[in-house]
Amino acid sequence: MQDVEPSAPSSVRTIDIINRRLNKRYRAEKRFKRLGLAAILSSLLFLGLLFTSIVSQGYSAFVQTYILLDIHFSRDAFDVSNLAGADYNGLIRKSLQSLFPEVRDRQEKRMLNGLVSSGAPFQIQKMVMSDTSMIGSTRSVWVPADDDVDMLMKGRIDRSAPEAERRLKDVQLGWIDGLRGDLRLKKKFNRIFFTSGDSREPELAGILGATMGSMYTLIVTLLLSFPVGVASAIYLEEFAPRNKWVDLIEVNINNLAAVPSIVFGLLGLAVFLNFFGLPRSAPLVGGLVLTLMTLPTIIIASRVSIQSVPPSIREAALGVGASKMQTVFHHVMPLAIPGMLTGTIIGMARALGESAPLLMIGMVAFIVDPPGGILEPATVLPVQIYLWADSPERAFVERTSAAIIVLLAFLMVMNAAAVFLRSRFERRW
Amino acid sequence: MNKMVRMEDNPVSREDRRTVGKPFSGSPRMICRNVNVFYGDKQAIQEVSIDIGRNEVLAMIGPSGCGKSTFLRCLNRMNDTIDNCRVTGEIRLDDMDIYDRKVDVVPLRARIGMVFQKPNPFPKSIYDNVAYGPKIHGLASTRRELDEIVETSLTKAGLWDEVKERLAQPGTGLSGGQQQRLCIARAIAVSPEVILMDEPCSALDPIATATIEELINELRTQYTIVIVTHNMQQAARVSQRTAYFHLGDLIEVGSTKRIFTNPIHPLTEDYITGRFG
Repeated sequence: MQDVEPSAPSSVRTIDIINRRLNKRYRAEKRFKRLGLAAILSSLLFLGLLFTSIVSQGYSAFVQTYILLDIHFSRDAFDVSNLAGADYNGLIRKSLQSLFPEVRDRQEKRMLNGLVSSGAPFQIQKMVMSDTSMIGSTRSVWVPADDDVDMLMKGRIDRSAPEAERRLKDVQLGWIDGLRGDLRLKKKFNRIFFTSGDSREPELAGILGATMGSMYTLIVTLLLSFPVGVASAIYLEEFAPRNKWVDLIEVNINNLAAVPSIVFGLLGLAVFLNFFGLPRSAPLVGGLVLTLMTLPTIIIASRVSIQSVPPSIREAALGVGASKMQTVFHHVMPLAIPGMLTGTIIGMARALGESAPLLMIGMVAFIVDPPGGILEPATVLPVQIYLWADSPERAFVERTSAAIIVLLAFLMVMNAAAVFLRSRFERRW
Repeated sequence: MNKMVRMEDNPVSREDRRTVGKPFSGSPRMICRNVNVFYGDKQAIQEVSIDIGRNEVLAMIGPSGCGKSTFLRCLNRMNDTIDNCRVTGEIRLDDMDIYDRKVDVVPLRARIGMVFQKPNPFPKSIYDNVAYGPKIHGLASTRRELDEIVETSLTKAGLWDEVKERLAQPGTGLSGGQQQRLCIARAIAVSPEVILMDEPCSALDPIATATIEELINELRTQYTIVIVTHNMQQAARVSQRTAYFHLGDLIEVGSTKRIFTNPIHPLTEDYITGRFG
């Protein structure tokens, strides 16, 4: 190799040199391919691990242990004019008492009553109020069990641990086994999880409030950020003159995209809550804050997609006498809209997963009732996950994972909608 | 003209960049006087004066970068879309100064249509491609009138028989030559008076080129056509008058026959005999 003359006239030699290097080139290519494959496989592996851990922890939250109680709605327990005032707790206690008549001790009684969720009386109350004809009869009712019972049924409480370290005492275990033997203890689909808001009791806590909150917040975000973002992008790309001011705006938009989201939360607190006096914890304010956060993303993506429309299309439209606006709306927009939608969905996905700015405007509050509108206090899915992850009860662990599953499902639905919209817009012409 | 006679006695020097030949016409459709075009500080066109006659095909030839496309785009103010482009001088369509402040480019471009170098149909159906212009200008009040305009335009562009069965299909699915004829149909659908063509055949094969050239010959009876071309045979085949541009100067204008057989300016002669360009 050292003696090869650079200007060797023989063509055989040239091809030899090429061939010698050829193997090396192919090896480099193979190495690169393998590295790429390894990178993809490892990211898939981590993704798989993530999903496995979330699903294996969270799937059990979708079922919940219920206890079958025979409740006697005796006439003298109810005052028809004041149904809400009746002692529903007492009805449940009586029913439990009749199942275990041998329990006399006051403390044991309390432990027995502790097997049933503290939400059960409300369930009974609702039943009676919706159908007063049951007063005077005895009905068999499935009521939610306490979260400790639920955990035991799901095998998350170790029976062999010493009694002092167990949430459930020996005597309670005995009652539970008794109930199980009578087929009065059953795991059923956890409707509560999907139909109620947050609660201090894990067995009563649900995701509906946070889901509704996320939905309202995202609707506000979408309704504000998509039109404003797309309009800004169109103006900047198509109409704005090229000068220093526009350059300054462009630089600032790009900078805004990199601002930490909690800063937007502080801005929202200062401007929307303190200055404009908008309600605290409301999806409206959450949506406004997230709009500020997603706007740069949408503007940048929309501008890129407008830039990628071939100039020949603009010339064609201008050439037949279309005005600037007609050119933009009839020809540029239809070609750019799939890209704009992609940018929007990226922004919305980020907004959906955002919790930091919402903490600043009070969407971290403990809110029991699902919000009925954009002005009512609400929380959102990521904040709910954070709240539950922070709760000490064992049963909240699985609910945290279940909430993550719901969040991911929400995200998938959103992405599917975007893909559907994209394909529709692309088919239109 | 006396100018020409003088030339024969006195050959023009190669360095002389004044226009020779017959740039003016007896019945001009468009009149251009002392047109200068600047891109920022760079001057692309210098002091061009030329008439474009009624129902004639004027070919503009010249080496790459000589400014012929730039000049063509001045004629319907397409240069307005370029930020730092500035045009001075006077360009008139009949009696209207098209660079007057009061002139609206939208109706102007309806009167002066344009066909581009690369076929650029809209990504819409064949029908919509042709119907778009009439639609935005409100040239048809009923669907039937619009259908009629589409059919006439496609027929004039020699495309009707090939596409009448598939008007709803996308225009982008046609072959290159068909696409270019579709663009011509789109341009004539708004009944312009002048059609500007910027190297309309440069992206086409010889057969499609021949079809377009025939079409240009037919269209001449109804429209004034200005065509920029790199292909000198094409200029010779389709045009009645030819203008030769060189580095932003209009060097020579005259009847096509005369330019190709007996050029006055040495630069023109160099170009058409293939010595450069």
